[in-house]
Amino acid sequence: MKHTFKGGIHPREGKHLSKDKPIREYLPKGDTVYPLSQHIGAPAKPVVKKGDEVLAGQLIAEAGGFVSANIHSSVSGKVKAIEKRLTASGSKVESIIIENDGLFNSVEMSGTDKPVKELTREEVIEAIKAAGIVGMGGAGFPTHVKLSPKEPDKIDRIIVNASECEPYLTSDYRRILEQADGVIEGLRIVLAIFPGAKGIIAIEDNKPEAIALLKEKLAGDSDITVNSMKTKYPEGAERQLIYVNTGRYINSRMLPADAGCVVHNVDTIHTIYEAVRLGKPLIDRIVTVTGDAITDPANFLVRTGTSYQELIDAAGGYLNDPAKIISGGPMMGKAIYDTDMPVTKGSSAILCMTEDAVSEFEPSACIRCGKCVEVCPGRVMPVNLANAAERGDIDAFLKGEGMECCECGCCSYVCPAKRHLTQTIAGTRKLVLASRKK
Amino acid sequence: MDVQSIIIAAAIVGAVGLFAGLLLGIASEKFKVKVNETEVKVRECLPGNNCGGCGYPGCDGLAAAIAKGEARPGSCPVGGEPVEKAIKEVLGSGSKDAEGEADAAEEPVKLVAHVHCRGTCDKAKEAYEYVGPKDCRIATNSPGGGPKACANGCLGFGSCAKVCQFGAIRIVNGVAVIDRDKCKSCSQCVATCPRGLIKMVPYDAAGEGNLALVECSSKDFGKDVKAVCEVGCIGCGMCARNCPVEAIKVENNLAVVDYEKCVGCGACKAKCPVKVII
Repeated sequence: MKHTFKGGIHPREGKHLSKDKPIREYLPKGDTVYPLSQHIGAPAKPVVKKGDEVLAGQLIAEAGGFVSANIHSSVSGKVKAIEKRLTASGSKVESIIIENDGLFNSVEMSGTDKPVKELTREEVIEAIKAAGIVGMGGAGFPTHVKLSPKEPDKIDRIIVNASECEPYLTSDYRRILEQADGVIEGLRIVLAIFPGAKGIIAIEDNKPEAIALLKEKLAGDSDITVNSMKTKYPEGAERQLIYVNTGRYINSRMLPADAGCVVHNVDTIHTIYEAVRLGKPLIDRIVTVTGDAITDPANFLVRTGTSYQELIDAAGGYLNDPAKIISGGPMMGKAIYDTDMPVTKGSSAILCMTEDAVSEFEPSACIRCGKCVEVCPGRVMPVNLANAAERGDIDAFLKGEGMECCECGCCSYVCPAKRHLTQTIAGTRKLVLASRKK
Repeated sequence: MDVQSIIIAAAIVGAVGLFAGLLLGIASEKFKVKVNETEVKVRECLPGNNCGGCGYPGCDGLAAAIAKGEARPGSCPVGGEPVEKAIKEVLGSGSKDAEGEADAAEEPVKLVAHVHCRGTCDKAKEAYEYVGPKDCRIATNSPGGGPKACANGCLGFGSCAKVCQFGAIRIVNGVAVIDRDKCKSCSQCVATCPRGLIKMVPYDAAGEGNLALVECSSKDFGKDVKAVCEVGCIGCGMCARNCPVEAIKVENNLAVVDYEKCVGCGACKAKCPVKVII
């Protein structure tokens, strides 16, 4: 039997819409927008000003601290303005706007072709830092920080998160099918920084073609294994992923490094490969545009800064009027109310649904069935936490280990009374985090 | 059963009772907790809501502080004058000094909480339909900080009304409204509002009062404010230019009143093009 974790759910997958659509490159036509804060940590500082001419791949904002990341222009053109723009996070963020001249003239990029064994740690981390790579699964944690743990010798597992457990998303799947060599090379580069570590590509067993391809390419390789995992949401949540692949358990107060692990998304690993081998900064990513309201669901290789609306148009526009548009997957993504927002380093999908499955139901009283407790992968009791949160009782919330919640949404998904459990708990977690920062 | 055994049983129970009684009596004298009598009397004068509005941990805390002379007799914002008078009487019987000191201290202006927004459902736009818990503090985590298009507007889910122990806050047409006569200045709502729209203002500024009050908290540019709300401060500065005592100025695109200077002449109210000053 395959290893798995406690709890979890099996939402309807919806991946069939876009899983067989090859990656299509899409070049932006309109202006591109680069929010200065598209990662965790300090916002980047602009190094260009209004009126400057820039080339694709040129640095336009540099990291504002150690935990921060560089931002590069993905098109050539002129800096139109530096002002606040709406992003998928829902708030207005200071952004650099570049008027796209449509030529895509690029700066010269050059990487190193040294064998993996000769690459030094500093060299690799410097290349990653310069390329402005952040976790592309959505959280946006700067990768060079992740790769500089306090005790690098204790790291013994590098896990590539290819589980893609969110329904509808197919960008990682397509990346593996079409660019498996880049992903494997990226992993080898990361392994070169941690000589004592072994690589694991963790992938759910609902993607047999990808598993077969990786196994074939890695036949006889002793450093990298492909781990096929039982399909279950949230398999790709960092803590659950580490538990499934290594049997080690971490809580919200620990980092993956405390369990000797470093976890990277497939897209991030591929971008590391591009940064080291080609010298190419993070200026594009794969975005799945899907949902039953989209005419022709697709996987686009798209430049950062491209407007969501352009991508929706490129996917044939709306088949039916969308009732709900979500940036990211349906479980953890954010509903958006305006499509005039840019693709950032962490945008994985645009999901357009014809029916709003949430607003149809009025929440009713808890019937004490215990389903939320059963499915919670964080091993907490969502109903108690939500009750404490509704009363505003932060002490009870913390005592119930409310901070262990990873906001995966399983409890809300199964709740027969349709209570807004995740939303309530997540909101209270943010209040606690904000009060800690003060 | 004979009479004798009944008497023996009664005597044993009686003796045990007497012994226990004596023991408790001695213990209560020996381990007596000394209480400040003034403190007890002051505590009796206080309302007992334990709202924390005075800044002390409940009414007991304030009573202790008043008895020690650390707080003024009028420190209870809820009780107001009658309570202050009663406490002064208590203190007066204990020490003459406390009374003299309290009289010498200047009487502070009565402050009341006020919601600095009047973007009601018909005046301010909603960016989207919100589905989720009806609680401002949780709704503020949804995109844009809540469904209201203005990022500084009252969300109207009534988190402030829920914490108000005096029933002074109601939600009227999507915006919280505070009754200045019911408000006891405990500031619980000020701490609760996730958007920081509630501030303490002089009694004479809130509602029907004379002093100027800017009914908006948006620090956005005038154009952006206009796009989302009909009654937002656009930061034009007309009020600041027409104030005879320089009590109002525009900071970060928002008019701010300095109540140390405001004389309540009404010049700003008359000149404000969006009528956001009342």
